[in-house]
Amino acid sequence: MVSKEQIYNWLEEVSDPEIPVLSVIDLGVIRDAKNIDGEWLITITPTYSGCPAMKTMEEDILSKLKTKGIDTARVELVLAPAWSTDWLSENGRVKLREYGIAPPEHEVDKSVLFAAPTIVPCPKCHSKNTRMVSQFGSTACKAMYQCNDCQEPYDYFKCLK
Amino acid sequence: MKNEALFRYLLRLGDDSLILGQRLAEWCGHGPILEEDIAMTNISLDLIGQAMSLLDYAGVIEGKERNCDKLGLLRYEKEYVNVLLVEQPNGDFGDTIMRQFLFDAFRKPLYEKLVNSSDKQLAAIAEKSLKETRYHLKHSSEWVIRLGDGTEESHERVQNSLDTLWRFADELFYTDEVEAQLTGEGILPDLSEIKTEWESTVKHVFSEATLEIPANNWKFEGGRKGRHSEHFGHLLSELQYMQRAYPNMEW
Repeated sequence: MVSKEQIYNWLEEVSDPEIPVLSVIDLGVIRDAKNIDGEWLITITPTYSGCPAMKTMEEDILSKLKTKGIDTARVELVLAPAWSTDWLSENGRVKLREYGIAPPEHEVDKSVLFAAPTIVPCPKCHSKNTRMVSQFGSTACKAMYQCNDCQEPYDYFKCLK
Repeated sequence: MKNEALFRYLLRLGDDSLILGQRLAEWCGHGPILEEDIAMTNISLDLIGQAMSLLDYAGVIEGKERNCDKLGLLRYEKEYVNVLLVEQPNGDFGDTIMRQFLFDAFRKPLYEKLVNSSDKQLAAIAEKSLKETRYHLKHSSEWVIRLGDGTEESHERVQNSLDTLWRFADELFYTDEVEAQLTGEGILPDLSEIKTEWESTVKHVFSEATLEIPANNWKFEGGRKGRHSEHFGHLLSELQYMQRAYPNMEW
């Protein structure tokens, strides 16, 4: 019989459709894998309420398991406890930076009303002399920044807690 | 039905999110600058995501196998119970931002309370949505200040937005036997402090923005009872088009 660890190892091969450098394990959206009377139940949690990638992840998980010979599996979406960027793996943070996306800083931007936004080091030259260009970005989980030193424009994977 | 009051309450929250999300989506490709085009459509996506969670759960409580698509896209006008504020047309960017600010300033303290609901699924939706809503409020309040305390023209225009939209704000605090019953059952925490917190947020932001709350205290309501403004039918015709033209289509 296939173990839970084996299922998790296979899921390392399923990537986030929006940020293909991350696996669903790196992203921290896989909450559990249980075998119930021969059927595998994979529990996942959304990063953002309206994240359109969740449906694709669900399909990708099922088709990956199928290629490994697991035909009876289903994916269930749960909201609680709510996903936070703390669940992003260390490995995932390194991969994000190498890919050119600044990983989430450990502190959520609690500032209200014009307070300086979080300092996010440039993923290319590591300078801290950067500025936020836009609070929102190309996907729900990102904001846009630019480096004042090397001029690199980059995505910031927003801290969410 | 398991709990009719809970079903009706979930429709109220879900419809507010869905209709405001639809309004914001109309900005796609029309934003005044690229960053704001992206911001408004991102907020739209969060709101539609929240609407899906709320309406899916409403469908579970109702027990008639209606999911968020059936409830969101296949009801008639009078069956929608969103407040009138969220269906108001986008107008200019200042109108959209003012509408958003009045709404976000209400939603944040509401979700903070709902996190403590004795109903586990409602509490989970609130916990998830609260994180998104805090970010929305930061965005909308900063823009209200930037426009209000900006140039003479931006000040005048966003003051006009406030004068026009203020009459719709009070309906956010509408309650009737639905809320009363749910509070009695412990599903809704005490909601009375939300208005106090909302008032303190709007007063603070309007004072920073040098905007005046209109003296005219005339209030509009009706959305919670299914009585909508003339704009609503047009909005629904666009929202529901695909399901009406191609019933039960999926992709």
